Amino acid sequence: MELRRRNVGWHFVVTELRRVVVSSLALGGAVGIFALSFGVASVSAGASVWQTCALSLFVFTGASQFSAMSVVGAGGSMLAAYGGAVLLAARNMVYGLALSSSAKSMAGNLPRRLFAAHFVIDETTALALAESSPRFRKVAFWTTGIGLFTFWNLGTLIGALAGTAIDPQKFGLDIAFPAAFIVMLVPHLRSKLGRQASALGGVLCLVSISFLPIGVPILIAALAVLVGVRNDQ
Amino acid sequence: MINEAPTNLWLMIIALAISAYFLKMFGLVVLGSRQLPKVFDRCLGLIPAALLSALVLKDTFSVGQSLVVDARVAGFVVAVIAAWRRAPLIVVVVLAAGATAFLRAI
Repeated sequence: MELRRRNVGWHFVVTELRRVVVSSLALGGAVGIFALSFGVASVSAGASVWQTCALSLFVFTGASQFSAMSVVGAGGSMLAAYGGAVLLAARNMVYGLALSSSAKSMAGNLPRRLFAAHFVIDETTALALAESSPRFRKVAFWTTGIGLFTFWNLGTLIGALAGTAIDPQKFGLDIAFPAAFIVMLVPHLRSKLGRQASALGGVLCLVSISFLPIGVPILIAALAVLVGVRNDQ
Repeated sequence: MINEAPTNLWLMIIALAISAYFLKMFGLVVLGSRQLPKVFDRCLGLIPAALLSALVLKDTFSVGQSLVVDARVAGFVVAVIAAWRRAPLIVVVVLAAGATAFLRAI
């Protein structure tokens, strides 16, 4: 009886673990495709294969990488490219907060936390917080983090190599940047505040494009987040 | 294309890598389980909505500092429709690139 109970418990853990790992891997595959388009877009914007891979290895936060290379590719200054990318990376700070306050799921010694920090991004946070037990949160965080990191960097490398081999203009690949941005934007349009910020950000960018240095309108668009100040819900 | 020396791109990548890591680390390790004010939280969460739409419009309707309408608009329209119907990214990019390339070829 005792043995059977233990078996059932063990079986449960294995099935649950498999579920967590499978969903992490499925997400990793999807992210690999995203990385592929980043690789192509980044080299067609003028970065080398090494620079493109360095972005994915060491920056490792998708929207910021896309944004930086989009501004650089348009001929913007490095400072403007950096500014927009850092603004987009700022939300990772909130993710880190959410992860560490969620039932000590990310507790551990300091070196491990410092290492874990590199993997604090949209997907790892979403999948970790979707789990109800602290133990599975940890498993989800690490499987998603390591899986994503692998697929993201493999996809980037393949995309970058492919991008150097073809003429991006001829294949319409300059549209890869806006297409990726549109896909990333859609989930943010579900809330009213998201739609307001998005509309205002777009307008601010369009009206300032002709008289501000390239890339700076993207920073100006950030002012649109102030729609969140007055709206208390 | 890039207006500055390739070294500057390397410097930007290094600066961005350090900043991105610091932001992630600051939330996870330094702030820990402290609570941010709600307003601050909400505004940070709205950054992608504001910046992504600005990036979409810049990449579709501008060359340098001038607003233009060219073959990219076809790709933009196709991408919006495909993304709205929740097509996977690869489908969105291929359809949009196809539309833009087609318009350029004719």
